[in-house]
Amino acid sequence: MFESIVQNLFNALQWGSFYSLIALGYTLVYGVLTLINFAHGDIFMVGAYIAFFVATFFLATLTSAPGWVVLTITLPLTMILTALVGVTLERIAYRPLRRKGANRLYVVITALMCGLILENGNLALLGASRKSFPEMIEKVVYTFGMVSLTNLKIAVIISAVLVFVLLQFIVTKTRIGMAMRAISYDKFAVPLMGIPIDAIIVFTFVLGSSMAGLAGLLYSLSYPILDPYMGALIGWKAFIAAVVGGIGDIRGAFLGGFLLGFVEILVVAFFPSTFRDLIAFSILLLILVYKPTGLFGVAKTTKI
Amino acid sequence: MALLDINGLTQNFGGLCALSDFSIRFEGGELTGLIGPNGAGKTTVFNLTSGFYRPSQGDIRFRDRSIVGRKPHQITGMGIARTFQNIRLWKDMSVLDNIRISQHYAMGYSLWDALARTANYDRAEKKILRTASEILESLDLTRYADELPKNLPYGIQRKVEIARALSIQPSLLLLDEPAAGLNSSDVQGLIQLIRWIHETFDITIWMIEHQMAVVMNLCSWIKVIDFGVTIAEGTPDEIQNNPDVIKAYLGDDNI
Amino acid sequence: MQRFSVPLLLALLFGALVAASHTGAIDLYIQSVIMFIGINIILSSSLNIVNGYMGEFACGHAAFMAIGAYVASILNVLLFTKDKYFGPPLLPPELSLYFFPLVLLAGGAAAALAGMLVAIPSFKTRGDYLAIITIAANFIVTSTIINMNAIGGARGFMGMKKIIFSMEDVLELPWMLIWVILGTVFSVWTIRRFVSSTYGKGIIAIHQDEIAAEIMGVNTNRMKLMAFMISSGLAGIAGGLFAHILGYINPGSFGILKSTECLVMVYLGGMGSLSGSVISAILFTLLLEGLRFVIPWINTGLHWLHLLPDAYEVSQVWKWVIIPLILVLLMQFRPEGIMGNKELSDIFPRLKRWYHFK
Repeated sequence: MFESIVQNLFNALQWGSFYSLIALGYTLVYGVLTLINFAHGDIFMVGAYIAFFVATFFLATLTSAPGWVVLTITLPLTMILTALVGVTLERIAYRPLRRKGANRLYVVITALMCGLILENGNLALLGASRKSFPEMIEKVVYTFGMVSLTNLKIAVIISAVLVFVLLQFIVTKTRIGMAMRAISYDKFAVPLMGIPIDAIIVFTFVLGSSMAGLAGLLYSLSYPILDPYMGALIGWKAFIAAVVGGIGDIRGAFLGGFLLGFVEILVVAFFPSTFRDLIAFSILLLILVYKPTGLFGVAKTTKI
Repeated sequence: MALLDINGLTQNFGGLCALSDFSIRFEGGELTGLIGPNGAGKTTVFNLTSGFYRPSQGDIRFRDRSIVGRKPHQITGMGIARTFQNIRLWKDMSVLDNIRISQHYAMGYSLWDALARTANYDRAEKKILRTASEILESLDLTRYADELPKNLPYGIQRKVEIARALSIQPSLLLLDEPAAGLNSSDVQGLIQLIRWIHETFDITIWMIEHQMAVVMNLCSWIKVIDFGVTIAEGTPDEIQNNPDVIKAYLGDDNI
Repeated sequence: MQRFSVPLLLALLFGALVAASHTGAIDLYIQSVIMFIGINIILSSSLNIVNGYMGEFACGHAAFMAIGAYVASILNVLLFTKDKYFGPPLLPPELSLYFFPLVLLAGGAAAALAGMLVAIPSFKTRGDYLAIITIAANFIVTSTIINMNAIGGARGFMGMKKIIFSMEDVLELPWMLIWVILGTVFSVWTIRRFVSSTYGKGIIAIHQDEIAAEIMGVNTNRMKLMAFMISSGLAGIAGGLFAHILGYINPGSFGILKSTECLVMVYLGGMGSLSGSVISAILFTLLLEGLRFVIPWINTGLHWLHLLPDAYEVSQVWKWVIIPLILVLLMQFRPEGIMGNKELSDIFPRLKRWYHFK
């Protein structure tokens, strides 16, 4: 009994880590631009595919190199390339609309469309067959009594925590983080203060998308089957997690992701797995009804 | 029976006391001013009276009925109308529609009437249109009826907002800094307008204002608050010579 | 008389379409395209009430469509057909023709009730938090249906074709086409009457300044409730029609992708423009169907030009790359949608001479 609880605890932490990593990307962009970047889930999917191609390429060219060397090359490359995808979307799809002063919702719809393009473009170009991710590092299983842990699981959890600490540091302690927060307060005053608003926004997308790339790599290491729609559901869920945490707040996204992970594992422990989404979403909905701005969100006071 | 009787009104935001123990009483027909330095809690008083906030303590009675806990639209329906410091017209709807929508307090027909376009609907819409046209006519705004407020000059927008408030035929009109953002010639017009409204419509007016010229000119009674506390009240002459008021506005002598 | 020319033209068009379908002058495919246009018009114009006129951001329109579709289908199958779950028909199947509008309305009413549940959180919260609530509601509705084995679960629900047959047994006419057109006209007409009344304009006031609306006497909670209920109720009617056109429904058809289509049509048409919603629904459906033919041409063309490797075929999957791409480009050029917040008659004032609207 105790072992199975601990085992489930680690599963929840692992899934929570994936959700958190993606939710952080949503929340960063939202915090700065108040834009729901609905393409973010698909950027995660693109990240997984990029990791797949990079890893396959280096495994084929550096045949003599050990797996961990390939992984150390794949990791930064995946993050950089995925960031590039995110920034490209920002640059060609969102920024022109922002410049024209379009209604915020038109940017959101554009983001939705970009997500569809990424999903279906992938499907159209690479075909419907699923890709299986190469194994780069050997799976090590640590067993403590009935509880078994893989090195991967531990790595996933540690990465999520590190990323959170890093982002929290960047946003609260550095000058660029201060600029990011400033933009979210007042988009019109910020350029007047000499802050390069576009550069900050690009930086935000770089951060968010590279975290999605990292999540894509870690996810495909853990569940090595890739398909073009893998980002859709997990993306929606991560977004909901970010909102439940209080969108725009780094801590909220982090905790919201883990909360969702725990809720899901808990549901599966007691109900048939088809009930997972139903009950998980209902619980999140109840939280939102009870606390409409999420766990960390601050209600905006309207001045009249 | 008093028209409005506010007693011991207190409002806390978190730990901040925005207003403490505020009381005022209108018998009906007054033109009263509420002044005080920035952040003194003047608009808070109006927000409480119009039901936008729920007071932490104290009671607001309108025609002997407590309005605490009622929704803003219910309070409006009872006869308290207001304008806003930063004009809050519906900027993308015609001036006429702005006035018409304010007739929601006495709609006179239901959703079914609207969908089936019953005789009741026609009658009520005609009445609404008549009320709206009359109010625009009387404030000399008829030629702006089809304009969008966002395209109108600031002074006219103010006037439309006052017209909108009057269109609900209030017995108490709250004006929140009606002269804010107006130039000096507009201010003269505004003073005349408010005086004319006060006389013609036979209503009680309570206004917040920063421009002393307006308040001193119009109001027969003035209440001064600072940091949420009432520091003085009296006739314009008394207020102008009250040392506490001068201190609140100009600071202590030794600074 | 001139003022009645547009309604007359519509009536003539309706008669001509029915006659042409009845005699087989237009084939079943074209009929189905016309019916999908109708459904999409209902969906986009009804979502426009909440997202356009009221300025909320509801993203789960397909959920209400699903509720309407399932309730109407189950009622019809239960009442008028012999089904392996529900047993023999409770009423003689010939009556299905007369009961059909009622069953549709029942589906709409069920959807409206569900809409009420979403409207209640909207009293307190706006914008993006409401977006989430609606997205979650969409997921909750589809996964509830998946978990209800009595109505087919993930496999779906069928038997609605029998209803159509029994309607045709009474009188041989293209009934679904007739119902869809009537449903579309009914919806657009309802919405138009709602948003053009002083009462309904309360929701536009909420969009432009909610605080001013509440303080100036608009009962904002009740207006929101009403807007959500009308919007989701009409979506439910669209769902009921949709189910009977296809004769088969499954929860997958009412997922977030369907909701996305609804959103796209609203914003493409323009927030708060009824004619915009109608136009964009027509364009969107035609685009969707048109690409079905265009893609094979592109494929042949590109192969003929030797721009593609022989092994690669441009498949129908490209449709869902091309459509979002077109929409992204459209929004770059018209960031307020096709019509903005104007109606056709605002742009062409002369149109007013040709119809009389009450």
